[in-house]
Amino acid sequence: MGHTDGPPQSVRPAGADSAPVLPSPVLSVRTLTKRFPGVVANDGISLDFHAGETHVLLGENGAGKSTLIGMLAGMLRPDAGEILVQGSPVRILTPRQSLDLGIGTVFQHMLLVPSLSVIENLMLGGPWWQRLARGAAYRRFAELSECLGISLDPDLPVGHLSLGQQQQVEILRALWRDTRVLILDEPTSMLTPQGVRDLSAVLCRLCSQGVAIVLVTHKLAEAYDLGDRVSVLRQGRLVGGIAADEHRGMTEAQMTDQVIAMMFDPAHAPMADERAILLGRGNVHAPSVRRGAAPCLEVRNISTMPRTAAHGLQGVSFDLRPGEVLGIAGVDGNGQKQLAEVIAGQRAPSSGTVLVGGKDVTQGDVAARRNAGIRYVTDDRLGEGTVGSLSVAINLLLKNVGAEPFWHRGIADWARIRQAARDDIQRHDIRTRSEQTLLAKLSGGNIQKVLLARELGKAEGDVKVIVFSKPTHGLDLHNAQLAHRRIRESAAAGRGIVLLSTDLDELLTLSDRIGVLFQGRLVGIVDNGPGAGAAIGRLMTGAVAA
Amino acid sequence: MLTQPFLVALLFGAVTAGVPLLLAGMGEQISEKAGVLNIGIEGMMLLGAYCGFVAAYYSGSFALGFLAGGLGGMAVASLVALLCVRLGLNQIVIGIALTLGAEGLTALLHHFQFSRTYPRLDEAPVLALPLLADLPILGPALFAHNPLVYVSVALVAFLGWAFRHTYAGLNLEAAGVKPAALDAAGISVVGTRIGAVLATGFLAGVGGAYLANVGAGLFVPFMTHGAGFIGIVLAMLARGKPLWVLIGAALFGLSLALTTALQVAGINIPTDIVQMLPFALIMLVLVVFARHSVLPAALGLPYERGER
Ligand SMILES: Nc1ncnc2c1ncn2[C@@H]1O[C@H](COP(=O)(O)OP(=O)(O)OP(=O)(O)O)[C@@H](O)[C@H]1O
Ligand SMILES: [Mg+2]
Repeated sequence: MGHTDGPPQSVRPAGADSAPVLPSPVLSVRTLTKRFPGVVANDGISLDFHAGETHVLLGENGAGKSTLIGMLAGMLRPDAGEILVQGSPVRILTPRQSLDLGIGTVFQHMLLVPSLSVIENLMLGGPWWQRLARGAAYRRFAELSECLGISLDPDLPVGHLSLGQQQQVEILRALWRDTRVLILDEPTSMLTPQGVRDLSAVLCRLCSQGVAIVLVTHKLAEAYDLGDRVSVLRQGRLVGGIAADEHRGMTEAQMTDQVIAMMFDPAHAPMADERAILLGRGNVHAPSVRRGAAPCLEVRNISTMPRTAAHGLQGVSFDLRPGEVLGIAGVDGNGQKQLAEVIAGQRAPSSGTVLVGGKDVTQGDVAARRNAGIRYVTDDRLGEGTVGSLSVAINLLLKNVGAEPFWHRGIADWARIRQAARDDIQRHDIRTRSEQTLLAKLSGGNIQKVLLARELGKAEGDVKVIVFSKPTHGLDLHNAQLAHRRIRESAAAGRGIVLLSTDLDELLTLSDRIGVLFQGRLVGIVDNGPGAGAAIGRLMTGAVAA
Repeated sequence: MLTQPFLVALLFGAVTAGVPLLLAGMGEQISEKAGVLNIGIEGMMLLGAYCGFVAAYYSGSFALGFLAGGLGGMAVASLVALLCVRLGLNQIVIGIALTLGAEGLTALLHHFQFSRTYPRLDEAPVLALPLLADLPILGPALFAHNPLVYVSVALVAFLGWAFRHTYAGLNLEAAGVKPAALDAAGISVVGTRIGAVLATGFLAGVGGAYLANVGAGLFVPFMTHGAGFIGIVLAMLARGKPLWVLIGAALFGLSLALTTALQVAGINIPTDIVQMLPFALIMLVLVVFARHSVLPAALGLPYERGER
């Protein structure tokens, strides 16, 4: 597709452009195939990864991206096909072999030991008979966090960190050793725009040093800015790609059109007018607050004890009116999780009150809050959101197990449960073999869909307030859009929505007002509209903190 | 009753009774840290006791006896490694089977070897620590023991250090809490766990050999009397800290010694009640402290790469 003659219009930093593209790829896969019971997760995939190039892998949820990466990282064994390093075939049977070949990987779901400190997690993997080389590790840590603009206490247990901070640790770990090939599976799903910029700068530098980078993302803007080459997977097959020279000559809109056409079934293809969201550039949602109505949620002067890793809340107050979407922005670890948990009743505040529809519910536990009409969608889909060893059907009902109409006096009505699950699977486009599949077998994005389906789907009970924490992380374009539409519908139906997100575009797309949490304080609430993005950016750095 | 000889005998007995518990508890702690619930430790102690006794009896060397005891324990542990760690079979079922198997095997072997006689070893060698051994009461009670006693206590300090300051310590922790993270870091989870289980077997076996050769001076079938199970309790309550195993072992050792001392002193309490003391103590300790025990997240779960 001859765009090669046009002038380069990309905004990529210079380093990546001038990097020499070596003729022989550092890493290639040939007709790589991986089957799981009932699905062919990778079906004869052949790809080349070149030194000094960022190769972006795109594809809808369940397309097989993580499976491909699992095979390169030695976590999964291919059923057929081969992997070549610098032209010669290798067998990667263990993660050790992958590391020894110079392949470093950031996995989609955190692989960190919660009871060990940040620095200990980074040191993991040394020869067992040796003393820990702490001194050297601290130096490397300081050096890398400087590059990445990360400020983390290396001695904190990882279990005390927010998921966004854990993602930073994962990135540090992949960069820890010098690698020839750096694989990142959705490394930015929990990062703030600034975090993404810092990471991008590091990736560009590595690229110019000749590292081959493989990047999985659902954000097309990232694919365009960072990628030299794009490959698209669909249902386990390689369905297309954009070569490096071709990519260089394209505008963002051209690339987006091509990629979307490759990524989705025509049936699912997103509407043209929604391209702004797909681009990750976001259109600004016009505010429509019902200022007259009585607030459905009032948070008064809430404070919590500081946890070691995260700031405690300090006197946070706001009102939420029916039909309103209140976005909460801020770098992860500034009190987002505390705020969500206090509203949901999972954490007792040290002072302050929470009122739902004018009624004080501060003392109530999770069940009492649910009865009062509060729903909470956690960002920790694997840890607290779902149970991997149970079926999709049960996970879709997790908070109502034992209740009518699916259980009658403690006896499960399986036909009904399965039917309801099949309906949800259909409605939310969940890619699973059947409703009885164990949840852990689903792809990351599809697990997120199950979580959202459960909380957004049935309007059982009288729901007044829904708290979403990073609701679309890991969702592909189409499903993120679907989720956005459902969240807006939910608001239109008169519910109040609290939307915690690190994705500024998402906040600007959905919110009526956007508050910023900085070091545990709500430093400001901005009405959404022109200029809101810049104002929030300033608040997020604490620049105008009260 | 609190005469000097009584106190010395009581404390001396507490050390003698406590050392096998200490070794078993430290051993179990290593396995549990790595995510393996090693119920078969009682069997490891018993085979260790038998092998240790036989080796010491024929060679006349206590050191060889301890070594043979450790190897005997490792023999049972290698079955745990194969069946539970490699093949992923249920750790509780296998552990109970191995304990029962070791009980039967040692009774049988003992019967073939010695029929109904119970030959005794010579007095175990004693190393009196210079200066310390001259203290009143404490000297003869705590500082005039078989060298293995000091080695065991030194091991507490060493393990405490190694858990925090070596890569092996990190590996154990990761294998027990999040094995996939260890695997992704390029360290074999199965290998780490096998190493841990074998170390457990060795320590438990040495503990058994000490029980037979030093504590009793002879081998009697079933002689461990639940020492391995007490070790499991100690490890669970110690939350991964070897020092707490030492404290627990001292406590149980004291209660076991008190049992003997009361009988020797001729206090008029039915012996059955006195012998229940240590086990009543376990119950009490469990009721009071068990809710605080924090076990590794992946304890008892076999690991298979790529399974999710
Ligand atoms: N261990 C497993 N057992 C069974 N099925 C699996 C397993 N791992 C992956 N699958 C299936 O393979 C397919 C591809 O999954 P994969 O995780 O590679 O998708 P993905 O492209 O990374 O999606 P996402 O964007 O949602 O992360 C899915 O249908 C998934 O259900
Ligand atoms: Mg994935």
